[in-house]
Amino acid sequence: MSFWQRHQVFEKNSIILVIGILLVIAIGGLVEITPLFYLKSTIEAVDGIRPYTPLELAGRNIYVREGCYLCHSQMVRPLRDEVERYGHFSLAAESMYDHPFQWGSKRTGPDLARVGNKYSDDWHVTHLTNPRAIVPQSIMPGYPFLKETELNADNVADHLKTLRAVGVPYTDDQIANAAADLKAQVDPDGAGAEALTKRYPKAVVRNFDGKAGAPTEMDALVAYLQMLGTLVDFKIYNEKANLR
Amino acid sequence: MSASSPTKSMTIGESGLSLTFAVTAFLCVFAAAKALDTAFAFHASLAAAASAASVFFILNRYFERGELPPQEINGRPNYNLGPIKFSSFMAMFWGIAGFAVGLIIASQLAWPALNFDLPWTSFGRLRPLHTSAVIFAFGGNVLLATSFYVVQRTCRVRLAGDLAPWFVVIGYNFFILIAGTGYLLGVTEGKEYAEPEWYSDLWLTIVWVVYLLVFLVTVIKRKEPHIFVANWFYLAFIVTIAVLHLGNNPALPVSFFGSKSYIAWGGVQDAMFQWWYGHNAVGFFLTAGFLAIMYYFIPKRAERPVYSYRLSIIHFWALIFLYIWAGPHHLHYTALPDWTQTLGMTFSIMLWMPSWGGMINGLMTLSGAWDKLRTDPVLRMLVVSVAFYGMSTFEGPMMSIKVVNSLSHYTDWTIGHVHSGALGWVGFVSFGALYCLVPWIWNRKGLYSLKLVNWHFWTATLGIVLYISAMWVSGILQGLMWRSYTALGFLEYSFIETVEAMHPFYIIRAAGGALFLIGSLIMAYNLWMTVRVGEEEVQSPVALQPAE
Repeated sequence: MSFWQRHQVFEKNSIILVIGILLVIAIGGLVEITPLFYLKSTIEAVDGIRPYTPLELAGRNIYVREGCYLCHSQMVRPLRDEVERYGHFSLAAESMYDHPFQWGSKRTGPDLARVGNKYSDDWHVTHLTNPRAIVPQSIMPGYPFLKETELNADNVADHLKTLRAVGVPYTDDQIANAAADLKAQVDPDGAGAEALTKRYPKAVVRNFDGKAGAPTEMDALVAYLQMLGTLVDFKIYNEKANLR
Repeated sequence: MSASSPTKSMTIGESGLSLTFAVTAFLCVFAAAKALDTAFAFHASLAAAASAASVFFILNRYFERGELPPQEINGRPNYNLGPIKFSSFMAMFWGIAGFAVGLIIASQLAWPALNFDLPWTSFGRLRPLHTSAVIFAFGGNVLLATSFYVVQRTCRVRLAGDLAPWFVVIGYNFFILIAGTGYLLGVTEGKEYAEPEWYSDLWLTIVWVVYLLVFLVTVIKRKEPHIFVANWFYLAFIVTIAVLHLGNNPALPVSFFGSKSYIAWGGVQDAMFQWWYGHNAVGFFLTAGFLAIMYYFIPKRAERPVYSYRLSIIHFWALIFLYIWAGPHHLHYTALPDWTQTLGMTFSIMLWMPSWGGMINGLMTLSGAWDKLRTDPVLRMLVVSVAFYGMSTFEGPMMSIKVVNSLSHYTDWTIGHVHSGALGWVGFVSFGALYCLVPWIWNRKGLYSLKLVNWHFWTATLGIVLYISAMWVSGILQGLMWRSYTALGFLEYSFIETVEAMHPFYIIRAAGGALFLIGSLIMAYNLWMTVRVGEEEVQSPVALQPAE
């Protein structure tokens, strides 16, 4: 029987055809995806990576909500011009607690993987409110409503719990204090600031939007932007230990 | 009330569905009352209203109807055309909506004031609306309409199920409504082309399983010994999209009464899942499904058999096997391990072969009928779509080569590549199929005006050419500017200088998009007039020929 005649088993039997399709499409995905979950070399061992503080997480959710990832990548490639423009190339470890990942696919605006500490809080607030006030040629939309909108902080602890369920190592302590930590991060003179930085090393406590009172969405977004790419200390990072 | 026979009783589908929808309506009212955010409350209310309406329509239909429609009339299959008409109409509606939103966001990139600094009109929220409206709403409805038509014709049986096909087409469009309004309200999972939140995803899963069942059962009860090649492609599309959807979207909601959820995958694994999904949404939604259209509508319109049956067998298996590997080429030089990137690149290059095999099979089907291109603008549209398919399936493998990708990635070149495929291939093959389909299902002798098809063809073609050439230039220009150094070894351009350089090309691109939109309006008018004033086809008394 020729190959073409043998193939008739697929042409004449719909269930065999469906099973054939399923088997053929399964292979590529299985080979490319499953090893990423167990090969140790996939994610580098690096000091400094921690889960987001409640305020940073809220800011990240606003970043996702407004679709920032559609114009800004968070992935510096190991190419000479990118490393000079943006900083050290991105490590897999730096986004290991990102659900979802925000590497992006388009740079209508610049990469943001290492935007943290590059500009002042004031710069960000003004720029987010009206980008053309700072960069006249900018084509970014303005987000003036962020600083007028109070941050919805009703169920912060539930967010942390959900993330823990999908693998982010939030501790019981962090979850129990989530609501307090969220407010503490915009109040440098408050009592909670020290406990917050103990729970989240390198967390920056500032009144990000410069306004008194309850945290706004602007506070959260700027807190997130200001920590991006700052957790790993590349002065002591040993590249050789993590050849990938 | 028509003559209802006294023995009439409800089918299991009618009683089961109306009961399920009644329960769903109550659950949704409850969810709306308990909702944590306004978007969720809005969506739960929409779902409650839709469920209540469904109960009403199912019961009303039951009281109005006589017996169930017969499977055959006078020995000829009694084809079910209602759901196909509905999907064709929705395809045209969503197409125009999606192209219009595309024009708006293209204009926003040229003139940022058009964002109006409001949450629901900013680029970041409108862009997913554009991509979902054209891919899933326009493309999806074209696939639903054509697959339900082709599977009935080529199997020579009535579509399986009574309410099920209606459940699929209306349920799918309800998913689009929930997803689209969600984007405007800031409800998103933040994964490109998979933005709908957990509850929309669950609903789509149910709809999709029913779609698979309707299609598969129709194939199983076919009167033809062989399954026609277009149906293999439709099956691969339906089955694989189900697998991709489930693989990419497992998310845990923060609360069952709120819209926010967190995806199960994180970081590098999430990236790989995303582009395994993302590239195969291209491979199976926008390619396999539309190749099925090519394999039915081109032979039918050209009145020639498919060029090579053996080539179509090789084309089919090679295409679906190779496509699934290609995802990592979206992640070149990222923190994804090198071995995965290399695999993705290798398979993307190999993918060139089956893609062109399919193109050759489609084009050579015109052997002996090339003269029809002069007289039939619909056939011309179908053939040009295959030519665009060939062009973008050459460009794709080339861009997946790592060194090329280091220049093209993150730039407009990618956008241009996508649109040569989306406007040229998917758009034109869909337009061609709808131009064929509408007269057939509304029982018309032909289209209202072939001249208008000609106008549509040339307006849209000019639009595509403007679009993709603007994006080639802007993409390559920006890529080169980013990596340009001065003689002293400093980066030559600041980022904002490269943004400024894009301005003229963004205007040209928007102009191209406007032409494409105008073309689709011409089409909508033409189809509307075909249905409204077109001359009715007189049914021939002889039995129908098999569709191949």
